Amino acid sequence: MPEAAILNSGSHSLWPRRETLETALPFLALLVMLGIIFAVRPTVFSYFGLTLLFKLAIPLMFAALSQMLIINLGEIDLSNGAFVGLVTCIVAVYLEKAPGHAVLLLVGTVLVYVAVGWLISVRKLPSIVVTLGMSFVWLGCAIIILPAPGGHSPAWLIDAMRWKPPLMPLPLWTALGIAVIGHWALKSSSYGIVLRGAGANPKSVARAGWSLVKARLLLYAGAALLAVIAGLFLSGITTSGDPNVAPGYTMLGVGAVILGGGTFNGGVVSPIGTVVGALTLSLASSVLSFLQVAPVWQIGAQGLILFLVLAGRVLIGGRRL
Amino acid sequence: MIVPDTVPRGTGQPLKGSLKILSRLRGARGALGFAVAALLWIATFAYAGGQGAGATLSTALAFAAFGVIVGTGQMLVIASGSGNFDLSIPSVMTLAAYISMGLMHGQDYRLAGGFAVALAVGAVAGALNFLAIAALRLPPMIATLAWSFVFQSLAMNLGGEATIKPPALLSEFTVFRLGGVQVMPLFVMAMTAVMAVVVKRTVFGRHLLAIGQSERGARLAGIHVTRVRLYSYMLCGIAAAVAGFLLSGFTGGAALNMGDTYMMESVAVVVLGGASVAGGEANPIGIWGAALFFNLLAILLNTFGLDAGVRLLLTGIMVVLIVAVAPRTAGD
Repeated sequence: MPEAAILNSGSHSLWPRRETLETALPFLALLVMLGIIFAVRPTVFSYFGLTLLFKLAIPLMFAALSQMLIINLGEIDLSNGAFVGLVTCIVAVYLEKAPGHAVLLLVGTVLVYVAVGWLISVRKLPSIVVTLGMSFVWLGCAIIILPAPGGHSPAWLIDAMRWKPPLMPLPLWTALGIAVIGHWALKSSSYGIVLRGAGANPKSVARAGWSLVKARLLLYAGAALLAVIAGLFLSGITTSGDPNVAPGYTMLGVGAVILGGGTFNGGVVSPIGTVVGALTLSLASSVLSFLQVAPVWQIGAQGLILFLVLAGRVLIGGRRL
Repeated sequence: MIVPDTVPRGTGQPLKGSLKILSRLRGARGALGFAVAALLWIATFAYAGGQGAGATLSTALAFAAFGVIVGTGQMLVIASGSGNFDLSIPSVMTLAAYISMGLMHGQDYRLAGGFAVALAVGAVAGALNFLAIAALRLPPMIATLAWSFVFQSLAMNLGGEATIKPPALLSEFTVFRLGGVQVMPLFVMAMTAVMAVVVKRTVFGRHLLAIGQSERGARLAGIHVTRVRLYSYMLCGIAAAVAGFLLSGFTGGAALNMGDTYMMESVAVVVLGGASVAGGEANPIGIWGAALFFNLLAILLNTFGLDAGVRLLLTGIMVVLIVAVAPRTAGD
């Protein structure tokens, strides 16, 4: 895509390039939602209001970035939500009383996650089924550790999630920070090209002398770590652990990646777009509440919002997803 | 389109070698489902001291029948090409069940009408799924997921949290036995047989597998790719609706979460049954093996009296192991 895009963009016209529009789409969706909320309740736009509005987006952004690294490989992780749930349980049960124990368990889950990813790529297994199976494994482990929601997150973690940084609320600083880091790591660092190539065209990457093994392991490890961070922060916000806290993260994460300009073809993902996509999706239910949509219609309306935003791509004549 | 794979995959070799003989058998993964299911069955009644072999099998058959119906629908969608999945199956099951049970008011004479309405709901839902995929050019996974939210909302509006009772005749049919043999699983087996003929011998079936193997090739050969794929999504919707209709008879009514477990099960039985997620393959008979495996595993783990967490953990490990160890089909 890059070469073709550069060649096509040669013509100078007042109408923005299609690629620019595609990049702008998730931002536009976010702005429209914020606009609706502002029109209904202007007081939301204070430091406190924005903190509340975006608080639950923090873990979702990390979960979506985790999913993004897997989608970058042309695969999908349907166990993401269950994995995040397991992390909240480990954190809430062990991190305060037996930190060593908790760290060992977390390292263990990361290793298993990487090993399964490795198994998928070596044996060329269908990731959709293997990760479905793994979602049972993670959920099972979580229920063994914590049969019912409960436990207690360490005070330092809860305090950290309540931290009020200067200028902007914590969720927005987090979004900015991980979008910049993600963009650097995947889009502008020289090794980022290898990481994307491992999903887009593994053969060329291997022939150019890069280690596919290393690239894949790094992506799986990155995905696992991001999911651990998502679970850690989620448990800090909810102050407890729950095996079933985040089943929605799996599909919300996939939605955020696609909304942000990613495709399932491998190698085409955008960290900035994914972060904005996650913010947008986490706003969807708030928007519906502000518009006083009846609760029974809210789930359906979320589906329609997903359609509306993604249909934007058809309007600007974007590439096939 | 066969792309030779030149990327070195050294670590995969020893495992691959040991399975060479197995993979020579055509559809060996599908056979594996039956084999593991048989082992689980033997283990279950051996554990119970040789008792209840028949009861175990008939329970497993009855529950597997629902998984087979939705699995067969999902099979048609998956066979139509890489990336095609229907994640709206649970919501279509629920919606069709709510609408048809609501219209029948538990009255036996309205059974045929209710069934027709359920079929129509499924067909429309499948067509809507495909419309979003084709017109909005969305990935099928996202399009069907978004619709599933809408269908779920509709079902909530129609029935709320309440369970809508089925007509007595429907409940009787789902558990009816003729000479000790359950009738409903027999009907589903007949459907499997019909489907096996459809995918192997009919024009639709050949077209479906052709577009799954190479969409471009099929298009150049003059096949109406859009139409064939539309039919596969509509048939999948209909399958989900039938499963929802029968399940509400079997479990005593339409409930909001009645379809929840079938999203995962429908995909898993297709793949464990021997088809490739890359499309272009169909395995109606293998689906039975995989569905029996799942339900016998659930019965066995229940018999052992294990905790919910351990049961989930073992189920997950079994799924991963079977997919990892089973010989791969050409399309994977």
